[in-house]
Amino acid sequence: MLKIESLSVNYGSRRVLHDASLDVQSGEVLALIGPNGAGKSTLIRAVSGVIPMQSGHVRTNGDDFNALSPMQRARYIATVPQAVSLPPAYTVWETVLLGRTPYLNFLGQPSQKDEDLARRALDRVSALTLAERRVGELSGGEGQRVLLARALCQSTPILLLDEPTAHLDLQYQVSLLELVRELAHHDGLAVLIALHDLNLAAKYADRIALLVGGEIKASGKPEQVLRPDLIEAAYCLPVRVIKHPFSDIPLVLPESRK
Amino acid sequence: MKFRSYLFSLLALVLALTLSLAIGSVFLSPLELWAALTGHGTQTSAAILWSIRLPRTALIALTGMALSGSGAAYQGLFRNPLADPFLIGVASGAGLGAVIAMSVKWPYTFWGLMAIPMSAFVAALLTVLIVYSLARVGKTVPTTNLILAGVAFSSFATSLTSFLMLRSTGEVRRALGWLLGGASQSGWTAILAIAPYLFIGLGILIFSGHAMNLLQFGDDQAQQLGLNVTRAKTILLIASSLATAAAVAFSGIIGFVGLIVPHIMRLWWGADYRRLIPLSIISGATALLISDIIARVVLAPQEIPVGIVTALAGAPFFLWVLRRAKNQGYW
Repeated sequence: MLKIESLSVNYGSRRVLHDASLDVQSGEVLALIGPNGAGKSTLIRAVSGVIPMQSGHVRTNGDDFNALSPMQRARYIATVPQAVSLPPAYTVWETVLLGRTPYLNFLGQPSQKDEDLARRALDRVSALTLAERRVGELSGGEGQRVLLARALCQSTPILLLDEPTAHLDLQYQVSLLELVRELAHHDGLAVLIALHDLNLAAKYADRIALLVGGEIKASGKPEQVLRPDLIEAAYCLPVRVIKHPFSDIPLVLPESRK
Repeated sequence: MKFRSYLFSLLALVLALTLSLAIGSVFLSPLELWAALTGHGTQTSAAILWSIRLPRTALIALTGMALSGSGAAYQGLFRNPLADPFLIGVASGAGLGAVIAMSVKWPYTFWGLMAIPMSAFVAALLTVLIVYSLARVGKTVPTTNLILAGVAFSSFATSLTSFLMLRSTGEVRRALGWLLGGASQSGWTAILAIAPYLFIGLGILIFSGHAMNLLQFGDDQAQQLGLNVTRAKTILLIASSLATAAAVAFSGIIGFVGLIVPHIMRLWWGADYRRLIPLSIISGATALLISDIIARVVLAPQEIPVGIVTALAGAPFFLWVLRRAKNQGYW
């Protein structure tokens, strides 16, 4: 499980995250939603350790992550970054194998077991046929699946995803989120995923946290967080929230500004 | 076959080494070379081989290894195909140090003769230290800052060097000769002086291939995958700069090798740094040996500075390799 306690992050002198606290249990998907600039990416980057935090703690079962080296941390947390440009000359296979870094020596030579894990990860994201392709030739959706495979290779109990569906079409959005949910419910991972699509969050997340202006305004089950008053205040837009006609989840419908 | 690249590169190196030892004012055939090496040859050929040819060949080979290995490392470190070992000021610092030392009349003793290379070496390392400190922001060293600080400081050092050269007209030709590069000051002392730094620096780089692969994905991803990014970058910078400074101190500033050889290796053998760095090191030696042979032969008995040959011959060769490359995404 992942415990984020009173996390505060600055960019220079500007505070972008105030005292954010969140719990992600093993076996659940927690969706982080909020308007642009709310601090979702910042929170994920701070938890994964690439930006420093001003105050607060990030823990798992008692271990404080700040006390760990990057290598040790990488055995606990794997991150799927937002659509990034990958160095085009590397193949998919080479890229995914890099996910085994926390378990390799400094020479980076993979064993048979590492290669098996990489193969299985690629298979799980349905990208095994892409293995010999160069990363520069992939489409956005394929690239995102490769990044997810690499994160799976890291064999970590915690998975962070930063808006992984941002540039994907409907088919890939659904298949990626279904896989993410399976990783939590079936494999027992603690998954924290930043999403901009509220309805996808409602459908695939067990719990949702709403981040606005660097503060967690609400967290809980989808119907507790996706309330008209909270959403309108966060997005400065009138919305209607109805019950989804075919399932038990809320459906957020934006109204036009008058 | 996985080792095809190494086999080919090593064969080319052995060929270049043999040619370098054979060619000169007295041509030594491979048989004579072998005889002299094993102690069976004539007195003259042994003298030529051991006092002149071997140290010069060794110096050229080591210089080529250092420049090419560091070039590959810098290109990976800065994720920039235009990076070469002189990017953050090693060359300009060394040049400044050498020219300052040249304005002093040193005694004709061992230390007197070592004064210029030593000044160049120290000045080169000082430059990297200054540039690194200027570029540092808190606990990290952003690559853009390094490049900008390096370029700015290089311009400063180069202008100062030119100014000093203008003021002491007697030394200009000598300084220019040094700056253009060449193994004019060779001998076993030179080899012994630079060998430790070279082996430390290149040794570190050879084992850093995996870290360099990770860095290609950006600092964030590299860190998230478990690499201590700041520590890795610092070590790589120190290792490359050590090797380059040592090479430049005795061979002057030989351009093009450090920039082009890694690219040719990438085009032929791929972008994996675990292989790219060793292959660049081996082939850098080959490339510089061949350039030096050309430099000695073309206008014999006069020697052209090697730096001129590397650019004049290297550029067309590289363009030819580039045109023949079918795969687009080699970088």
